[in-house]
Amino acid sequence: MIVAGCDVGSLTAKAVLMNDGTIIGSGITRTGPVPEASANAAMQLALDQAGVTIDAIAHCVGTGYGRRRITFGDTVESEIACHARGAVWQVASVRTVIDIGGQDAKAIRLDERGNVVQYQYNDKCAAGTGRFLEVIADALGIELDALGPLSEQATEHLTLSNQCVVFAETEILSLVNEGKETADIVRAMHQAVARRAVAMARSIGVAGDVAMTGGVAKNSGMFEALREALGMPLVQVPHPQLNGAIGAALVAADAAGRSAGESVAAHA
Amino acid sequence: MIVAGCDVGSLTSKAVVMRDGRILGRAVIKSKAKPWESAESVMQMALAAAGLGMSDVRYSVGTGYGRDKIPFVHETVSEIGCHGKGARWLVPSVRTVIDIGGQDCKAMRLDKDGNIEKFIANDKCASGTGRFLEVMAKALGVDLGELGDLSARAKHPVTLANACTVWAQADVIRHLHDGVPVEDIVAGINNAMAVRTATLVRNIGTEPDVCMTGGVAKNGGVLASLERLLSLRLKRIKREDPQITGAIGAALFAAEHADGGHR
Repeated sequence: MIVAGCDVGSLTAKAVLMNDGTIIGSGITRTGPVPEASANAAMQLALDQAGVTIDAIAHCVGTGYGRRRITFGDTVESEIACHARGAVWQVASVRTVIDIGGQDAKAIRLDERGNVVQYQYNDKCAAGTGRFLEVIADALGIELDALGPLSEQATEHLTLSNQCVVFAETEILSLVNEGKETADIVRAMHQAVARRAVAMARSIGVAGDVAMTGGVAKNSGMFEALREALGMPLVQVPHPQLNGAIGAALVAADAAGRSAGESVAAHA
Repeated sequence: MIVAGCDVGSLTSKAVVMRDGRILGRAVIKSKAKPWESAESVMQMALAAAGLGMSDVRYSVGTGYGRDKIPFVHETVSEIGCHGKGARWLVPSVRTVIDIGGQDCKAMRLDKDGNIEKFIANDKCASGTGRFLEVMAKALGVDLGELGDLSARAKHPVTLANACTVWAQADVIRHLHDGVPVEDIVAGINNAMAVRTATLVRNIGTEPDVCMTGGVAKNGGVLASLERLLSLRLKRIKREDPQITGAIGAALFAAEHADGGHR
């Protein structure tokens, strides 16, 4: 039985197709002005990869910031629940998830079945979210994808004294004017975002193996900074950016299983 | 005796030259990259306006964010101290002072003798500071000084969804793309600014009279919105430009401290 999960975030839309607990297709697109279209595009990529049509999907769960705009979804589930489910499915030992999204950040503690025990969420302040990286990358005139490799080349230790994105941008421009190396500045920025994320995670208590999810986890500089700020190993999940969509597909599988059970019962 | 006060802020620098409790010269400039250059230029301008030179100044006090980098002053006093002092000189009945600076926001309560009883400041978050208005004015392509007049013409002020400057800026751009009139967006910006200010002020409570100092005090939209939120009348500063309050306070301290007065 084929099920689907679709995670429409502020920056990217992600779709995952699963068949009996195996990923058979996935797609990631940048979110355009119309969330419906972004969801459709991501799902089409996943369908093409799996070589199936949308009719083959028994149940589809939507999640993420734009989840209510997905036209083909059957039900919706919160991002927190989906990230918890996805993470424990990807790496069974994970008990804490730190998810840095494009416009938010979450820390989630979960049990061995992927149920949410406690969580903390920030979407009020841009500091500690992916937007911090975007704003600074833009100010420095570098691509988001270049941040990770660049911060690996850092040699001098710098510390940003501002947490606020607006003030940090000014601070960074003055560091540039002082002739500081871009690589060193980029590493300091990753560390600033990591400090915020770790403070949030500590507020709910960090337990067991910790995983970092979300597209930002693909940034090696951010991953390293978070590991350093936590002072403990960080689990690398195979599909960090797809984590929410995977969780949504797992929730879809539960729902499809239930309705299949119900229809069997109805026929009996 | 001629004294001077110099307030080097993040956005603007201000200087005041006084003799026997009267202002002889004043100046406001946009701050330069180096605080000592800002201090030198603004002081020269204030002196020129008074028809005086640096050698005429008996004693001078520096304040503001860049106060430790002013080469010519005899001593420095905190911004809180100078704003309290200056506000009381401008409005003798004042007991609560709200000062919005270029990158901070302060609220202070004065006792009946003008001593500072308590104060609170935010310099961690750009929201609620002058920087918030600066970012929004830039996004809209309007002059910072126009924000007050623009919002007076608003018919349907927008509500900005978020307090964070970064998110609010995205909101402003979205409203602009949706064709919302600029006046309505500006009114929303001024309201958002007032909401943040009111939150800070409520932490220390208000005692009448209440007045607002700093450049943002010239923005009538923020003043009116803040009056609604706090359910009180703000005493308007009319004697002088509210933006030079800190520099006035610094000059008043200079007058007190000259000739080895209490330090």
